[in-house]
Amino acid sequence: MLRDITIGQYYPADSVIHRLDPRTKLMAALIYILSLFIFRGWAGFAAVTLGLILMIALSRVPFGYMVRGLKAIVVILVITILFNLFLTPGESLVEIWKVKITWEGLKSAGFMAVRLTYLILGSSLLTLTTTPNQLTDGMEKAFKPFNKLHIPVHEISMMMSIALRFIPILIEETDKIMKAQLARGAEFESGSLIKKAKSMVPLLVPLFVSAFRRANDLAMAMEARCYHGGEGRTKMKPLKYKRSDGAAYLLSAGYFAGVIALRILL
Amino acid sequence: MNFIEARKLVHEYIRRDEEGNVESILTALDQVDLDVKQGEFVAVLGHNGSGKSTLAKHLNVLLAASGGTLWVDGKNAEDEDNIWAIRQNAGMVFQNPDNQIIASVVEEDVAFGPENIGVPTAQIWKRVERSLKSVGMIQYREHSPNKLSGGQKQRIAIAGVMAMEPKCIVLDEPTAMLDPNGRREVLDAVEQLNKEKGITIILITHYMEEVVRADRVYVMDNGKVVMQGDPRSIFSQVDTLKSYRLDVPQITLLAYELRKAGLNIPEGILTRQELVEALCQLY
Repeated sequence: MLRDITIGQYYPADSVIHRLDPRTKLMAALIYILSLFIFRGWAGFAAVTLGLILMIALSRVPFGYMVRGLKAIVVILVITILFNLFLTPGESLVEIWKVKITWEGLKSAGFMAVRLTYLILGSSLLTLTTTPNQLTDGMEKAFKPFNKLHIPVHEISMMMSIALRFIPILIEETDKIMKAQLARGAEFESGSLIKKAKSMVPLLVPLFVSAFRRANDLAMAMEARCYHGGEGRTKMKPLKYKRSDGAAYLLSAGYFAGVIALRILL
Repeated sequence: MNFIEARKLVHEYIRRDEEGNVESILTALDQVDLDVKQGEFVAVLGHNGSGKSTLAKHLNVLLAASGGTLWVDGKNAEDEDNIWAIRQNAGMVFQNPDNQIIASVVEEDVAFGPENIGVPTAQIWKRVERSLKSVGMIQYREHSPNKLSGGQKQRIAIAGVMAMEPKCIVLDEPTAMLDPNGRREVLDAVEQLNKEKGITIILITHYMEEVVRADRVYVMDNGKVVMQGDPRSIFSQVDTLKSYRLDVPQITLLAYELRKAGLNIPEGILTRQELVEALCQLY
């Protein structure tokens, strides 16, 4: 289950999307997420679906690889669907005892599921096509104005990129601890939900301890390599907008305008 | 002046209770004297808890001394203004390869050091290429470090230090978590840097076999330097080494036992070749 998290994992390939400036991709992802909450009706649905399909096709990331990332949010997805399904008032469709499913509930559950799924797919597309370092560079540069408000932009982006780099390592570690506990008779898969949650304790404690130890080691390694914050730092790959970035900005602006227009007009 | 000069260096780990009273003091370094010349390959040997890692961290000013003086590359380590210059000139490679790689792409990780010290972009590319070539990892420049073997990751870490163009590299048990193949890979890379580029190497280890390649060996026990000399003279004192809970290389041990049994072979044999030649001389 843990191996299925594709959020934050880079998928190396040579595509138009991969070559875009991270700032462009950040902006596009933001626009896409906004559009997911703006769209209404079937025409809007068609527009966001089309947009997503186009992006995935351009990125050359295998679709199966992306979908695996969804497994991690299945629980949230199911809960959202159930809540929307049963708790939306309106014209009743099916009514069994006190539980009733309304036509509106069905519709809003469906759209909510689509929104969440697309949200994950869209944002994982950003991390799949951008290396964590590029991503941090992009965020650092895009959010630089916030530095004036005493928000430590460089530090936050550095922390995020390190967090992303350690996701696969910690997953591997969790796997190892799990196997070690299984070998000593622990059970993770069976029992009630509460029992399952309780069985996570012997997994999480060693994981936390090791994560802190790693953090300590890493901090020392960074210091040894002269890391002293963002001041006076140069870049191996400084960000420069290319012509394709301009096109991408225009395209996403057009897309956004389209989705808004669809909402207002229809 | 030597590249590294430590005089009566002391480091104490002080454990305090909740009120800030001193509970216990552990003296990790006790009056350590260390001299390393530019271009030398020095090994520091010691059992767990002998203070060798603490010493390594001092050489990079990751720890501040409780007493004594330390000069690295003619700069006093006590002076805070010198910290970055010393860290740049005495690079450090740690034990766990995973915990010292910062970026998710090999070349970006190698670039981390030069980026921190403000090297211009064009220069960074040259340095990254040069240092990846010097450890034989240039073909992996666009790979993710997660998919590399331990030995390869450690060579990346060495390249990351090399990209800062240091005069000296301190390696703190760089092979402790590697398999024999990875261990050889890393040591070959280190030896090559020493021989071809004249980089001063300080190798902290508890594997005897690795020490054989060094010019000089320091043996530490309980925070003190207890023996020093070239590998041959150190390894000829098998009994003393054993009293510090250290083993000698198998070949040296065999030669030592043969000598004790009455065979007329010289002291301090380090390699299989030497033993074969010594034995052939007898008959």
